[in-house]
Amino acid sequence: MTKYVKTICPYCGCGCSIILHVKDGKIVRTSPAVKDSINKGTLCIKGMLAHEFVHSPERLRTPLIRENGSFREATWDEALRMVAEKFHKIKEKYGGLTFGVLSSARATSEENYLISKFSRAVLATNNIDHCARL
Amino acid sequence: MAGLAQTMGAGAMTNSIDEITESQVLFVIGSNTTEQHPLIGSRIIEAIKKGAKLIVADPRRTYLAERAYVHLCLLPGTDAALINAMMNVIINDGLINEEFIKERTEGFEELRQNILQWTPERAERITGVKAEDIRRAARIYAGAERAMILYCMGITQHNCSTDNVIALSNLVLLTGNVGKPGAGLCPLRGQNNVQGACDMGALPDVLSGYQKVKDPGVREKFSRAWGVEIPEIPGLTVPEMFEAAEKGIIKAMYIIGENPAVSEAHLSHVEKALRNLEFLVVQDIFFTETARFADVVLPACSFAEKDGTFTGTDRRVQRLRKAIEPLWNSKPDWQIIAELAARMGYPMTYTHPSEIMDEIASLTPSYGGISYDRLEGPGIQVPCPHKDHPGTPYLHKGSFARGKGKFIPVNYTPPAERTDEKYPLVLTTGRVLYHYHTGTMTRKIDFLNKKCPGPFVEINPADAQKLGISDGNEVYVKSRRGKIKVPARVTEKIKQGVVFVPFHFAEAAANYLTIDALDPVAKTPQLKSCAVNILAGSEENGNS
Ligand code: SF4
Repeated sequence: MTKYVKTICPYCGCGCSIILHVKDGKIVRTSPAVKDSINKGTLCIKGMLAHEFVHSPERLRTPLIRENGSFREATWDEALRMVAEKFHKIKEKYGGLTFGVLSSARATSEENYLISKFSRAVLATNNIDHCARL
Repeated sequence: MAGLAQTMGAGAMTNSIDEITESQVLFVIGSNTTEQHPLIGSRIIEAIKKGAKLIVADPRRTYLAERAYVHLCLLPGTDAALINAMMNVIINDGLINEEFIKERTEGFEELRQNILQWTPERAERITGVKAEDIRRAARIYAGAERAMILYCMGITQHNCSTDNVIALSNLVLLTGNVGKPGAGLCPLRGQNNVQGACDMGALPDVLSGYQKVKDPGVREKFSRAWGVEIPEIPGLTVPEMFEAAEKGIIKAMYIIGENPAVSEAHLSHVEKALRNLEFLVVQDIFFTETARFADVVLPACSFAEKDGTFTGTDRRVQRLRKAIEPLWNSKPDWQIIAELAARMGYPMTYTHPSEIMDEIASLTPSYGGISYDRLEGPGIQVPCPHKDHPGTPYLHKGSFARGKGKFIPVNYTPPAERTDEKYPLVLTTGRVLYHYHTGTMTRKIDFLNKKCPGPFVEINPADAQKLGISDGNEVYVKSRRGKIKVPARVTEKIKQGVVFVPFHFAEAAANYLTIDALDPVAKTPQLKSCAVNILAGSEENGNS
């Protein structure tokens, strides 16, 4: 059974609608959406291959923590606890102005909003930006 | 997009992608559209087939330049001089839109005084474009009832980026080419959700909807909604953060889905800054060059594994839909951030991104009418202030977001670094079709790597001959800041005196060469031009 999911191309700002073809939990193909789409059934080559990097074996699979100069695998609990503790300490010791947060123009709008909220409300800093200038 | 905010009051593409085919004249400047924004590129080709005339200003003979009515092959960084001269022609020939200027703009007289000195002959000496071509382009643009300007990083990645955008805005106002379908000024955003990231306040001086942190009323509103004090002082931009980190002022960074160790100007500084941090967290899909410097790396999931929205370059909010469960042990960014906030004593209890959007709508006037139930169809173009609002296909109808459109005279600022005997060539950087930004996603794809496997430098045959270089030779490209080794592509497609290096490739990152002089207002680094030399790729040249 193939499932078809309409979503947006992750590459450029044109916002073409794509259909991801999902089989056994794996995306096997991308095709252009026709209805309710800006691209009306066309896609450039990057869009046609939008799914390929998703299943790349090179993806990060688990949190990593640096220890004695090299990385070791960690659980989410361990990694998040460490980040929360360190951020907390730095905030107490030096204040919010010593944080810098880079958000991503590839993350969703909801995520960008949360990153802004996290920076301002939790880290107490306005030092948040993204590489939109690029 | 500081320039447009000053002159028109909104820093976004004024029109819809669909309106491109309604334009009579398209003026593409500093954008290799077919490679950077393929869909928009094909709409431009469609428009030409329907009879539209195309003007292209670019130092490279791009695919579109080859199909243009006029190709203004200018030296990198000289855009303002070119645009001023076009306005000089339009004013002298009496092609201005007097009614529009009288009713909808201010500051025309100051502009006129300034433009008088910008004769096409003067601009020819600076830009290298023939005065006659400047005249032709100006007359075609001003003669159209519906003309659209499309620009991209070629305009915005200079130390004079704000001025360049203002110059284009002046040109638009002078001819009244805005506030109607198919006419306007369109910045094309690179990555897919740049517009959304800006709209959401992932910026140091504004909260969502460009509400200024300096404004006490805005801070109060967000304080009440978020339950904490909002810091008052505007924050640092990306380049300023790295400078502060290098000096030890910034102690910790949280980098989400960005790879500044390849993409930022003047890389050796960025690497030094990253090394200098007490604590660095990198959250990404892949183990990026930046992750090498991290203390903790958090695995995020890809676009296919989560719900959300993206706002495209023409302000269209569209639904991203989850197709598969997060792979391996990855999580969506929104969930990681919410969990981290909770561990730091600030609960974020969202169970789905649609709840985050409801909160956004309640705090952001331009997204006031956005909710997931309205996004099932083709999406909605913001501003969309309330639930019954249909969205806004084109901006500035009847009046500008800031009231009157404002003319601001600009002068030509020469690039921060000039060529000289030691570094006689101008380097310009950019994208190629088959790769995307720093390549963290696209370089994992076999097919794309075969099409365009690695970095290169484009050089004009005349320059190549002078330097004794032939096509395919390994050469060193050297600037005052660093050098990279790449094969040469000898091609007529690049203007004499200019060389081009794409910036997707970590192994020969063009940004080792570039200069980090910033535009004073927009803080855009000058990635687009600096002075370089090219040397044949022998050992001894590599060591010097
Ligand atoms: S399919 Fe091509 S043109 Fe469309 S959004 Fe993706 S990269 Fe851009």
